[in-house]
Amino acid sequence: MEDFFTLDLLTRILRVTTPLIFAALGGLICERSGVINIALEGLMLIGAFFAVAGTYWTGNVFAGLLIGMACAMVGALIHAVWSITFRGDQIVVGTAVNLIALGLTAFLVKAIWGAAGGSDRVHSLPKVGSMSILVPVAFALVPVVAFILFRTKQGLRLQACGEHPQAAVSAGIDITRYRYLAVLSSGLLAGLGGAYLSIGNLNYFTLDMTNGRGFIALAAVILGGWSPWGALAAALLFGAAEGVQVQGQSTPGFPISSDLMVAMPYIVTLIAITLFVKTRSGPAGLGTHATTS
Amino acid sequence: MTTASRASAPAVEMRDVRVSFGPVIANDAVSFSVEPGEIHALLGENGAGKTTLMRVLAGLIQPDRGELRIDGSVVTIADPQAARRLGIGMVHQHFMLIPRFTVTENIILGNEGDGSVLDRQSAAREVRKLSEAYGLLIDPNEKVENLTVGLQQRVEILKALYHGSKILILDEPTALLTPQEIEDLYGILNRLKADGTTIIFITHKLKEVAAVSDRVTVIRRGKTVGERITAGTTGQELADLMVGRGVSLTVQRTPATPGRIILSARNVTAKPIHGHTELEIEKLDLRAGEILGVCGVEGNGQAELVEVLSGLRRVQSGVIEVNGKDMSHGDPNEYRAAGLSYIPEDRHHRGLVLDFPLWENVLLGNAQGEPFVHNGLINKRRTQAVTRNLMQEFDVRAPSPNTAARSLSGGNQQKLIIAREMFRDPDVLLAIQPTRGLDVGAIEFVHKELVRVRDAGKAVMLLSFDLDEVLDLSDRIVVMSGYRIAGEFVAGDVTRNQLGLLMGGRTSNESAAD
Repeated sequence: MEDFFTLDLLTRILRVTTPLIFAALGGLICERSGVINIALEGLMLIGAFFAVAGTYWTGNVFAGLLIGMACAMVGALIHAVWSITFRGDQIVVGTAVNLIALGLTAFLVKAIWGAAGGSDRVHSLPKVGSMSILVPVAFALVPVVAFILFRTKQGLRLQACGEHPQAAVSAGIDITRYRYLAVLSSGLLAGLGGAYLSIGNLNYFTLDMTNGRGFIALAAVILGGWSPWGALAAALLFGAAEGVQVQGQSTPGFPISSDLMVAMPYIVTLIAITLFVKTRSGPAGLGTHATTS
Repeated sequence: MTTASRASAPAVEMRDVRVSFGPVIANDAVSFSVEPGEIHALLGENGAGKTTLMRVLAGLIQPDRGELRIDGSVVTIADPQAARRLGIGMVHQHFMLIPRFTVTENIILGNEGDGSVLDRQSAAREVRKLSEAYGLLIDPNEKVENLTVGLQQRVEILKALYHGSKILILDEPTALLTPQEIEDLYGILNRLKADGTTIIFITHKLKEVAAVSDRVTVIRRGKTVGERITAGTTGQELADLMVGRGVSLTVQRTPATPGRIILSARNVTAKPIHGHTELEIEKLDLRAGEILGVCGVEGNGQAELVEVLSGLRRVQSGVIEVNGKDMSHGDPNEYRAAGLSYIPEDRHHRGLVLDFPLWENVLLGNAQGEPFVHNGLINKRRTQAVTRNLMQEFDVRAPSPNTAARSLSGGNQQKLIIAREMFRDPDVLLAIQPTRGLDVGAIEFVHKELVRVRDAGKAVMLLSFDLDEVLDLSDRIVVMSGYRIAGEFVAGDVTRNQLGLLMGGRTSNESAAD
């Protein structure tokens, strides 16, 4: 058992928390603007895939990272057009984006590498110590997002769009613009989270490699009360659950069945949400539009 | 333009303005003019097009045609920002405030100052300075969700002033205020006027026109039908202009002849909807042939009283009898079966299913048996026929019984509810704020109907937050305060003032001494 609580466990936790932080910050910005974003999962997957594909095509891992983020933003743009401009149901649009991402990446993996399960190996992003360079970036983004949201004019306006779109309109705020920017930011950040999974933590893409992390990030947004620091804390909780699970699996003689351990992050998510979420509520105008007359 | 002509130009002038939404024409041939520094009432029934017209000034709606002039210069107001730049601010009926933001954040939104980084402290200082200058005292750092409706309105007014409004439009500003808050508002408006602000006051209440305005423009069915100096006109003239026919403003009624007790409550207690104070009713009787008025400041147990008397809320202890039968633990169905009818406060949520046609709404609560239900099946044709008759008898203006309730005006919706409730030939009618949000013509109808029900020997309980309505219609009055009945009077033995003091929480003895 003394093999269990090691520095290794801590870095493991930081590693698995990182993609959750990226996606959760993206989801938070999006929902604060009043747009429900359950497409985080699909956007992460798009980011993960195109980061690998981009690295494969250009031979440059940073170019790959940018391509991954850009493609996730294109996915987010689809979400924005349908949910904001066409006023489609945001849950349906988000589900569609998730399904498109799953199908598209599976198709392209086969088309590009001819294999059904995953991509070839490419370069991965540089590391600091044993961790990807994106790990400190994720943690550093938390105060940045908090500052933008709570200390700037743009943050105040963004919140107004999410809390009371009609009031924002009557204050002369262009809520369409703010919501588009917010949804695109969520694409960028979820794409970054996805790219971390493929070219940060590993150096290849496998089918459905996000494995529900986008939804867990969304749970972190809600559990964290739509605040960046809260989302960080929630992401760390879920990350810890996953880190313990992975560590447990790789520790010989660990007393809990590995099948049970795999389910643990999800069980922790459910318990945390039941315990803490009741008293919180999201932006009041989430999922609603301003009427035009 | 010379200085002299500028000074004499109206602050706001709208000429031949027309606004349409698809095929619906909301405003047509409107001419409207407001002098600088006056309080100008814009009077009209619900749906007459008052708000739409003012939304044009606020930059929220573009007119099809017509000319807008501000201080004599022709302008186009393309969006709310443009209105702001012209010094036009609008306080909407439904406040445009964000509950989770502080007072300051709400006020500066959209006009936060230079640079990206917010300076909340100096903004809060400015808000405080402004609030002190106009006597609109408020804590700039308080969250709006913690403020009363009256204080939220102050925030809206401050917001307009902060953005430099010289022309302030208030849309039905008294709709949600208590009588005291209304008095405060009048004071604020007069101070603003003294300071040179031009105020447009949208209302459908004649009393308010008289209380606060210098001039009044009446609007009917989207068109301006008259402009008067307030001091030189009468409520009757304005009412006739507004409705387009002669209306009776005072309720005609003969003295009551109270009969037997139909509903009685003794030592009834019940849990509140919010908070911890229990409803405690020692004694309350409703008698045949009498209107009992219930007045009080909202939130003093009225909602609980109504729910208890209609079977919607369980009594903790005590006895309620209807026609001598113990109903203390009855459900709403049993109350209805015992002879109770109920006009709920909120016709949209409790009175009607808005997306149902009228005939299905008539069926609600009446579906236990004949004539609408036969052998467990709804007799649609008969229900429609009954609905058609009721529509005629109660003057419900709608194309047919198959029309959705949603498409009716508030007045016609209320008439349908009254028709349905009276069809049951009840012994007791609970009328909760039956004229809330209705216009003069519909109010006249509802008042006449309540008196008619009384004269037919039924017991009527009228609960209203409009003290004048209670005084006008009631034969007996009880005051609710602190979840109890704070006083009971025969109408005519009590003054408005006495009731007001009791409503404010003074005891019966104290108010008699005043």
